[in-house]
Amino acid sequence: MENKEVLFDYVLRIADNALILGHRVSELCGHGPSLETDIGLTNIALDLVGHARVLLQYAADVEGKGRTDDDLAFLRDIREFKNVLLVEQPNGNFANTIARQFLFDTFNYHFFAALTNSKDENLVAIAKKSIKEVTYHYRYSAEWVIRLGDGTEESHEKMQSALNEIWDYAGEMFVADEVDKQMLAEGIGVDLNAIKALWEERVTAILKEATLDKPEDGWIQKGGKQGKHTEQMGFVLAEIQWMQRAYPGMEW
Amino acid sequence: MSKKDWPLWEVFIRSKAGLHHKHAGSLHATDEEMAMENARDVYTRRQEGISIWVVESKNITASVPDDGDMLFDAAKTKPYRHPTFYDIPDEIGHM
Repeated sequence: MENKEVLFDYVLRIADNALILGHRVSELCGHGPSLETDIGLTNIALDLVGHARVLLQYAADVEGKGRTDDDLAFLRDIREFKNVLLVEQPNGNFANTIARQFLFDTFNYHFFAALTNSKDENLVAIAKKSIKEVTYHYRYSAEWVIRLGDGTEESHEKMQSALNEIWDYAGEMFVADEVDKQMLAEGIGVDLNAIKALWEERVTAILKEATLDKPEDGWIQKGGKQGKHTEQMGFVLAEIQWMQRAYPGMEW
Repeated sequence: MSKKDWPLWEVFIRSKAGLHHKHAGSLHATDEEMAMENARDVYTRRQEGISIWVVESKNITASVPDDGDMLFDAAKTKPYRHPTFYDIPDEIGHM
């Protein structure tokens, strides 16, 4: 692949993680377990969609084929989406939502922090702008893991099952493929091994404080970064894209 | 964790440096940290503040409405307690 294509793919991965997770969390708007958590999660969803927007704008610029951020969000087919499988998994109960968020936020915080040292000026600018929000998410979801894990017997049990269920999806964030390697070699991308060490340290500490068992590492569910998604992704895209598909070019 | 068990908190927001904290509203939370996060999420999402105080509602001692006559009415006849004879320079700002 040419450099430009590799960079396009790399930016799409970051953008799609934000877009798809942002959409998932936005599904809870008006359905949160309490007014306070409802608005807290909705803020997070809006932050993520905001990150997706600037990243998709940049991806569209890199691609240079006249597509816009809206085209990329609303008119790409499933195989062209490059988010990790973790973020497309359904919300489930509140513990499921928090488990997914915690594993992702911890990754995302260290990823964006590292991205501020990229050689790509645009990515640096985007990372610097987003890191404040990402830092808040990182704290918010960890606080909830501790509260649920070290809460009542029922909340502990639900938090533990939620972690066990989602765990196989965490590993994909750290599996570097050719795109990751080339971007790292060029000083644009992030070293996923370094992120993995930081992630492990934080996750281990938070789970310990939450009196939760860290699930065993086993099979890694992966493929999203290459465009191969779980069955969940079709439902997400149907919801995101149906309006532009049904009424092409519609604006308001 | 049943929501019924979450205590009520009062939230005070300082909208900018130099101003005092003003009561913004209330919310439910299990502890101080959650109250602070919830206050941030519920009451400062449109840049309303630069500082937050949260205090559990039970720690506030409020006057009793029935005591109104005794506590407040007496002041109605004492207009001389207002500093109406002073000119406040513009530089003083908020008073």
